[in-house]
Amino acid sequence: MGLLTSIRTSITDVTDRLFSDGEPKRIGIYGPPNAGKTTLSNRIARDWTGDAIGPESHIPHETRRARRKENVEIKRNGNTVTIDIVDTPGVTTKVDYQEFLEFDIEEEDAIRRSREATEGVAEAMHWLREDIDGVIYVLDSAEDPFTQVNTMLIGIIESRDIPVLIFANKIDLEDSSVQRISNAFPQHETVPLSALEGKNMDEVYDKIAEYFG
Amino acid sequence: MAELSTGAEGVQIDLISGERMASKATMEKIRMILDGVHEGNIVILEDGLSPDEESRLIEVTMSEISPDEFSGIEIETYPRSGAEASGILNRIIGRDSSSKLTVIGPANRIETLHKDETLIKALVS
Repeated sequence: MGLLTSIRTSITDVTDRLFSDGEPKRIGIYGPPNAGKTTLSNRIARDWTGDAIGPESHIPHETRRARRKENVEIKRNGNTVTIDIVDTPGVTTKVDYQEFLEFDIEEEDAIRRSREATEGVAEAMHWLREDIDGVIYVLDSAEDPFTQVNTMLIGIIESRDIPVLIFANKIDLEDSSVQRISNAFPQHETVPLSALEGKNMDEVYDKIAEYFG
Repeated sequence: MAELSTGAEGVQIDLISGERMASKATMEKIRMILDGVHEGNIVILEDGLSPDEESRLIEVTMSEISPDEFSGIEIETYPRSGAEASGILNRIIGRDSSSKLTVIGPANRIETLHKDETLIKALVS
C-alpha cells in the first residue's frame, strides 16, 4: 500500500469512527475454538436483553456461523452504551472431521460439521476485514496463549487499527493463569473473568463501556 | 526456490526468498504457498506475510479443506512484539513489521513442539 493511500485510509478509518456515534458499534467476539466465546456472548446478551445468542458446547466448532445480537444496551455509571454483539466461530488453520468422531458423532455428521466449520472460519475472517468496529478477543486462561492463531489474529486486528480487549476466560479452572496471557500480549489490556460462572462481570462491562462506548 | 528430488524418500522444503515474493500479488503468494502445501511440501518464507495476507491465507485454506484429502495448514512464525505492532505511524514511516521467517506445512505433517518469542521447535513427519 502506498504512503498516500495508507494515510488516506487511516484518516478515513478515524473519521468514520468519530462520526458514526449514532450507530451501535459491531463488536466481534473472536478467539480460538473452545475459548468460551458463545458462553460469554450468551452471558452478555442474557444480562442485558434476557435472550441468549446460541447453543454452548464442549465440542469444538459448535458455533459454525457468525451470529449477531443487535442493540445490546449496557448501562454503566449513568451512561448507556449500545452495541451489536457478533459471536464468531473459533478461528483455526485446520479442521479435521475425524476430531469430531471422538465426541461420538457419526461420520456423515462429522463431515458435515467440518464443512460448516470451515465456512464459518472463512466467514469470521471476512467479518473482521469488512464489518467489525471492535474486538473482544477471548482466550482460555488455562491454555497456552502463545499459539500461531492467537499471534496472527491479534496481528490482523492491530493492523486494521480495530480497538481490542483481551478477555482471559475460565478463571474458575485450576490451571488458569491470567498473567501468562498478560505476558503474551502486553500491548493490550487483559480482563480476567469466568463467563460460565459470571465472575468479574462488573469489570467486563466497565471495560466494554470504556473501550467501545 | 530450493527443491529436493521428488523421487527420493523425505520431505521437500521450498525455501522462498523475500525477493521472490516481493513482486507477487497477495493471491499469487497464497497460491504458491498452498500449491506447495497440497503437494506435501514444507514452505519456508524468508519474509513472512502481512497481516492482511495471513487473513486471506486462512480464508482460502478453509475453502480448500476436504475430508480425507486436505485438513488445512500448520503455520508458525515468531510473535510480533507490541512495540513493532503495525499502526498508523509504522505504516507512514514504512516500517515493515511482517518481516518474520514463516514456516507453513500440511497440518497432518508438521507439529509444533514449543514456541515462544524467540524459538520455534516443530516436528515434521
